[in-house]
Amino acid sequence: MSNIVAEPLSPEANPLFGKPTKAKQIERYAFWAFRLGTYFILACAAAIFLNIFYKGGQTVFQSQFPFVNVEFLSESPQTLHVFEYEGQSYEMSDSRFRTFKEETGATISSDTYAYSGGGIWPCIVGTVLLVVGAMAIALTLGVLSAIFLSEYSRPGKVLNAVRLSILNLAGVPSIVFGIFGLGMFVLAFGWNVSLIAGWFTLAFMVLPIVISASEESMRAIPQGLRDASLALGASKWTAIRTNVLPYAMPGILTSSIIGVARVAGETAPIMFTAAYALRDQLPWEGLERWYDIFFQGVMALPYHIYVVSAKIPQNEYTSRMQYGTAFVFLFIVAAIALASILLRIRMRKKYRW
Amino acid sequence: MSLVTDKLVPSPKLEKPVEAPEATDKSRSLIQISNFDFFYGDKQALFDINMDIVEKEVTAFIGPSGCGKSTLLRCINRMNDLIDIARIGGGEISVNGVDIYDERVDTIELRKRVGMVFQKSNPFPKSIYENVVYGLRIQGINRKSVLDETVERCLKGAALWEEVKDRLDTSGLSLSGGQQQRLCIARALAVEPDILLMDEPCSALDPVATAKVEELIHSLKERYTIVIVTHNMQQAARVSDKTAFFYLGKLIEMNATDQIFMSPEKEQTEAYISGRFG
Repeated sequence: MSNIVAEPLSPEANPLFGKPTKAKQIERYAFWAFRLGTYFILACAAAIFLNIFYKGGQTVFQSQFPFVNVEFLSESPQTLHVFEYEGQSYEMSDSRFRTFKEETGATISSDTYAYSGGGIWPCIVGTVLLVVGAMAIALTLGVLSAIFLSEYSRPGKVLNAVRLSILNLAGVPSIVFGIFGLGMFVLAFGWNVSLIAGWFTLAFMVLPIVISASEESMRAIPQGLRDASLALGASKWTAIRTNVLPYAMPGILTSSIIGVARVAGETAPIMFTAAYALRDQLPWEGLERWYDIFFQGVMALPYHIYVVSAKIPQNEYTSRMQYGTAFVFLFIVAAIALASILLRIRMRKKYRW
Repeated sequence: MSLVTDKLVPSPKLEKPVEAPEATDKSRSLIQISNFDFFYGDKQALFDINMDIVEKEVTAFIGPSGCGKSTLLRCINRMNDLIDIARIGGGEISVNGVDIYDERVDTIELRKRVGMVFQKSNPFPKSIYENVVYGLRIQGINRKSVLDETVERCLKGAALWEEVKDRLDTSGLSLSGGQQQRLCIARALAVEPDILLMDEPCSALDPVATAKVEELIHSLKERYTIVIVTHNMQQAARVSDKTAFFYLGKLIEMNATDQIFMSPEKEQTEAYISGRFG
C-alpha cells in the first residue's frame, strides 16, 4: 500500500480554524468596552493622585536638608505675612515675622493671608485621635452585635428586619450622622464640641460596615469547629471565644480598613461635634484633669481642608496649604490601612487552615 | 465507678437521688431510650424508639440515608439542641439512669461525659498539642504537667502518638485525613468521657486509615461505651457487638451483630444488608 500524504488544507477549508462570526465580533466590542471602562477609572484615579502628590509634594518636601518641610508638619496653622524688606521679598508665618521684626527693629508693613503659614501638626494629631477612638468604639460595639446576630439570635422576621435596618443605616448621608451627633452627644448629653462626641458620631457612622462585615466573617467559620468545641464541653460563649472570634478576626480587620478610611475622611460628622477651625493648644496641653482630654474639640485634617478651601479668601498661598494637607491626609490614611493589613497578615499566619 | 450521676445533675436539687447501679453486671445498659419521638419542625424524624445500649460494647447504627440514625446519635449528647426547629415529641433518653432532657441537666456536663466524633474530621486550626488539651483548657486546667501527661496518654490511646510525638507543635491540619480523625478521637478522650458517639467517622477516609480507626475502636471498647453510625455494613460487622437497623425513622431491629448479619428476624433488615435496597 502506498502512503497517502494528505494535502495541507488551505486555512479557509480547515474546519478547526474558526470563521469570523457575529458572536465573536460582539465579544470583541464588549471586551473593549470593559477594558476602556477600567482604563477610564484608572486614569481618573491617577489624575487625582498625581495632582495631589505633585502639588502637595511641593509643600511637604523641599530641596535643601532635611528635605521635608519640618515647619509644615510640626507647627500650628498661622497667618502668612508677605513683605519686602531691603529689596528682598519674604514669606513668613506669624511667629517668625514677629521675631524678625524684633531682630531688625523695623516697622514693616506686610500683606497677610489667613491660615496660609505655619503647619498642620494639630490637625494630624486630631485626626489620629479621632480615628483611633472611633474605630475602638465601632469595633467593640460592632463585634459585640455581630456576635449576637450571627451566633445567638434566632433566624426569623425580626432578625431580617434588624439586618435590613443596619444595611439602610449604611446608606444614610454622613451629614445626617453629624446632625444626630450634634443633637444627641453635643447638646442632649452636654458633651459640647469634644473628642468624645466626635468618636461616637464617627463610630455610629461606620457601625453598619463593621457589623455586616464581622457577621459575614463569623458565618464563614465552619460549623464543625463550633460543634467540636461544644461536644468537648464548651459553653456557647467559650466556643465562640476560642474557636470563632480568633479565626474571624482577619476578616473583621479587613472591614475595619474601609472603616478607617471613612472615619478619617468624613468632614460632615465632625463639623458640629468635634472639629475646631483653629485651636492654639494641642489636645494634651492645658488640662485641669486627665479626663478633660475627652471633652475638648480638636482640629482635623478633612475639616482643615474644608476651612482652607471654602471659608477663607482664596489665593496662591492658600492653595499650597490645601494640597499639602491633602497629601499628608492621604499618607496617614494609607499608613493606617497598611498597619491593619500587616496585622491581618500576621493573624492569618498564626491561624492557618 | 459512678459514671454520670455525680455531676450531671446538681445533687442538692435532686429530690430523690438516683442510685447508680454498681457496675458489677457486665452487661449493664448504660443508655436507655424509651418511646422516643423527635421532630424537625413539623416533620417527625424518629418514631417511638426503644433501645438499651450496653456498657463497654460497640453498638452500630445502620440504615439508609435519612433514616434517623445520626439524629438519634446527636440526641444522646443533646447536640440537636443547637438546631432551632428541633424538638422532642415524647419519650426519654436516660444515661446511667438520669433523664438527659431533664431541665436541670447541664449540657456542658453531659457532653463532657458523652463525647462525640464527627463525620468530617474537624481539628481546630491550632497545634496538635492544643487540639488535644482544648477540653482541659476550657475547664481552666492549665498545669503543664497535667496537660503533657494528657497529650501523651490520649494520643497513645488514639494510636497516633508514634506518628506525631516529634511534631506536637505543628498544626493539626497538617496531618493526613486519617490522622486528623484520630486526633479528633484523642481530643474527645482528653475530657475522659464514658461514652463515645461516632458519626460515620470513616466515611471520608481511605481503606488503610479506616482500618486504623477500626482497630482503635476495638481497643477503646475496653474503657468506653461506643455508639457508631455507619453506612458501611462490613464496618458494622467488623467493629460492633450490637447492631441496630433503622428505616424511615423507625428502629426495625436491634440484636447482636452476628445475629443481624447471619439471620435477621425482619425481612426489611435482610433486604437492606443483602443489598436489595438502600
